[in-house]
Amino acid sequence: MDPRCALLRKIKQYDFSLKELNLYLDTHPRCQRALAMFAQYKKLREEAVAEYNDKFGPLTPEQNQNLQSWDWVADPWPWERS
Amino acid sequence: MWQYEKKLQYPVNIKNPDPKMAKVIISQLGGPDGELAASLRYLNQRFAMPYGEVKGLLTDIGTEELAHVEMISAILYQLTKGLSIDEIKASGFDTYFVDHTTGIYPVAASGTPFTATYFQSKGDIITDLHENMAAEQKARTTYDNILRLADDPDVRDPIRFLRQREIVHYQRFGEALRITQDKLNEKNFYACNPSFDKNCGK
Repeated sequence: MDPRCALLRKIKQYDFSLKELNLYLDTHPRCQRALAMFAQYKKLREEAVAEYNDKFGPLTPEQNQNLQSWDWVADPWPWERS
Repeated sequence: MWQYEKKLQYPVNIKNPDPKMAKVIISQLGGPDGELAASLRYLNQRFAMPYGEVKGLLTDIGTEELAHVEMISAILYQLTKGLSIDEIKASGFDTYFVDHTTGIYPVAASGTPFTATYFQSKGDIITDLHENMAAEQKARTTYDNILRLADDPDVRDPIRFLRQREIVHYQRFGEALRITQDKLNEKNFYACNPSFDKNCGK
């Protein structure tokens, strides 16, 4: 797997953990264990996304860091075969 | 994938309920030129787009339209909050109330439920971009008509914001069409469909 796909895969795993914890916390808003896990995965995700932005570009328009070019519109898009 | 933000794109604060106005404005939720049709149109069309600029534009406008769906829904919610049965009967809102109480459900002003037949995803970039420019103008006309019917400044203010967005989107889709035509054979951009024909525009 190329380094971009590998890092994206890691971000997707953190995203999914955060999504599961989010849904669980919606119905258990004072569960300390879930709150701690959410904070832990949020930090891991932030670090991975920052690395992705530096190496491969933005995942959201707000993450566009290049002051010379709007890399947000660069190919490939998620629905395309990699 | 998508992330929700817990805020409206532009504020909606309507002090006086007005179920008659809700019956009209609901067309911009579930009507033929409404925000739901707009969002689904662009988010479906994206997959046939060959150029990054246009993939990005359809993604970003399709996403903004979802925020407009939420704004229209907030307007409808506030216009129908705290109504008495007498007010519901007198305003003509009773025909909606019987099926949906004051819940938000996508219908046209006529009461016709939302349908995907309100939009097209043709798999041809030039056709789709023309549809989108027309759709933005049709929505702008609908907002103009709502402004002819609405007196309350609390209602007019967010409606005027939404009307202005139609004009900006129309402008951007016009530019997307120009980008597309520049990338194809400028003398005959109908010669092939870059979304389908191999090596078209290459």
